[in-house]
Amino acid sequence: MSDRSDILPTRQSMGGITDQLTGIPLHFPVERRWLIAMLFASALLLLLMVSVVELFTRGVGIWGINIPVNWAFAIHNYVWWLGIGHAGTLISALLLLTGSQWRNSLNRFAETMTLFAVVCAGIYPVLHLGRPWYVYWMFPYPASMGVWPQFRSPLEWDIWAVLTYLTVSLAFWYTGLIPDLAAARDRATRRGWQIFFGITALGWRGSTTHWLRWSQAYRLTAGLAVPLVVSVHSEVSLLFAAGQIPGWHSTIFPPYFVLGAAFSGFAVVSIIAVALRSWFGLQNLVTEDHLDLLGKVLLATGLMTAYGYVFEVFDALYSGEEHELQTLADRFAGAYAWTYWGAVIFNFIPLQALWWRLVRRSGWMLLLISVSVAIGMWLERYMILVTSLYRDFLVSSWRQFTPSFWDWSTYFGTIGLFLVPFLIAIRLIPMISIFETKELLHEEKAEEQHG
Amino acid sequence: MADELYGALAEFRNPEDLMAAARKARQAGYRDLDAFTPFPIEGLDRILRLPRPTISVVGLAGAIAGAGTALMMQVYVNYDYPLNVGGRPIYAISAFAVVTFELTILFSALAMLVGMLWQNGLPRLNYPVFNAERFHRASKDRFFLCVNAKDAKFEAGKTLAFLSEAGALSVELVPG
Repeated sequence: MSDRSDILPTRQSMGGITDQLTGIPLHFPVERRWLIAMLFASALLLLLMVSVVELFTRGVGIWGINIPVNWAFAIHNYVWWLGIGHAGTLISALLLLTGSQWRNSLNRFAETMTLFAVVCAGIYPVLHLGRPWYVYWMFPYPASMGVWPQFRSPLEWDIWAVLTYLTVSLAFWYTGLIPDLAAARDRATRRGWQIFFGITALGWRGSTTHWLRWSQAYRLTAGLAVPLVVSVHSEVSLLFAAGQIPGWHSTIFPPYFVLGAAFSGFAVVSIIAVALRSWFGLQNLVTEDHLDLLGKVLLATGLMTAYGYVFEVFDALYSGEEHELQTLADRFAGAYAWTYWGAVIFNFIPLQALWWRLVRRSGWMLLLISVSVAIGMWLERYMILVTSLYRDFLVSSWRQFTPSFWDWSTYFGTIGLFLVPFLIAIRLIPMISIFETKELLHEEKAEEQHG
Repeated sequence: MADELYGALAEFRNPEDLMAAARKARQAGYRDLDAFTPFPIEGLDRILRLPRPTISVVGLAGAIAGAGTALMMQVYVNYDYPLNVGGRPIYAISAFAVVTFELTILFSALAMLVGMLWQNGLPRLNYPVFNAERFHRASKDRFFLCVNAKDAKFEAGKTLAFLSEAGALSVELVPG
């Protein structure tokens, strides 16, 4: 790297990048490792199917939920998965608008991650319904009962927010994918691939008129996606903050949730970046500089999340409200204090290593820290849910929560629901944006020539 | 074949050569020009004098339609089934804000995607330029300029000669 801030090594050609990236689906290089991963992911997915069949047969009583802890794993994992999804949109949309070109190597798989994380999140409220076959009651349709959904309730806002988020993410992802599908179509030699990419590329030919309209649509959708991300997790936090439960009823919740979401999401993006980079030998495109930047973003969002922790404590103390103070004491030293301190330790202690450049630039160190953050954020969501609910206003309704086998099996099953489509996507479509990488390479080369 | 031509296609090594050639073609009086590139080239639209895209208008229309739909839906639903929740207002605009915002974004984004494809005439799986021998590199690392046969100044032989002189790596006629 010279004093110019080149993020991609300029000693590679556009044709080389195209062949390398379209070659991943067309001539899949790591068949055996992919199959092993797929086997593992399918086993988890099977576990989810078994758990869901058991759940639909016997009802939500198979989970550890009770009164008052009636929102446990279902909503806890819903928030966790949805948060992970947010980093994909932020990388793609926010960094596109700010012109941060290092996103070009990361945006495609980050967006793909978003799609499947949102799917995992989306199934949880449906599973939690108790009678999931009535999920259509959430939609406004002229029912013979003469009732309508209640639009003044955050629970109703939720389904609109999540479905909008999923649809817009899908539209944005596909818009960005069309030119790359065309590149893969033109490289494909086998009939099956030609038909697959031929149809999905919609006949894209790279005409300047088309690019012009495409660029406008892409940038404007990005502009819409940024406030959308912020709104979705803010809205999720309102599920909590709009209630009166101590530990939830606080104005810090929307920013606290959005930042925590970005934090956990960037951690998972880092995990995927490091894994794909070593799997497919993409060190020339996802460089150490990319890891360095991911590490910095992770550190920054982590510190902002830490601020949320501090302010949450301040909020409870400043309110002086008896139940708030009791919930605070329960978090620090109650039956579930391990989730609070676990969250603090896993989220913020290994994170401090990212202050060192050497650590940020080392793939496996970043990977370990990111795994720790994913676990820490999972514990945080657990803490927010359970410590607030298990002891609320009435002593007579206090009750402990213990997750059952089916709680765990459903949760691990959703990891399969995430991994299986993600692995299929890796197999079928270019996982790094080809045309944006070439655009960046061309700019860097032009800069190099003109000094 | 000769009377059924789509146009003349010229291949260039990099965007700078393409832009220089496009400028020359405009100066030489060619008007019906298009370029095919692996990524969007900034400034090329101004050289080719392409009209500004109107996707933003489509997006705005979608946004207004979304906001209108959401507001009307929520007001009507509460009008048809008024539920007194602790004396709170039936038409609570602040409570309607979230769904209104979501549908505004949803309609706008979908309108822009559909509008972009519609205006571009996609999906259209086949197109004359795909028959050109070297066109597959337009999605890889080559930059193509096409003079349409409908152009008033188009004459197969002369146009090809003009394009090679403008620095093209290769030139060919595309059957229509």
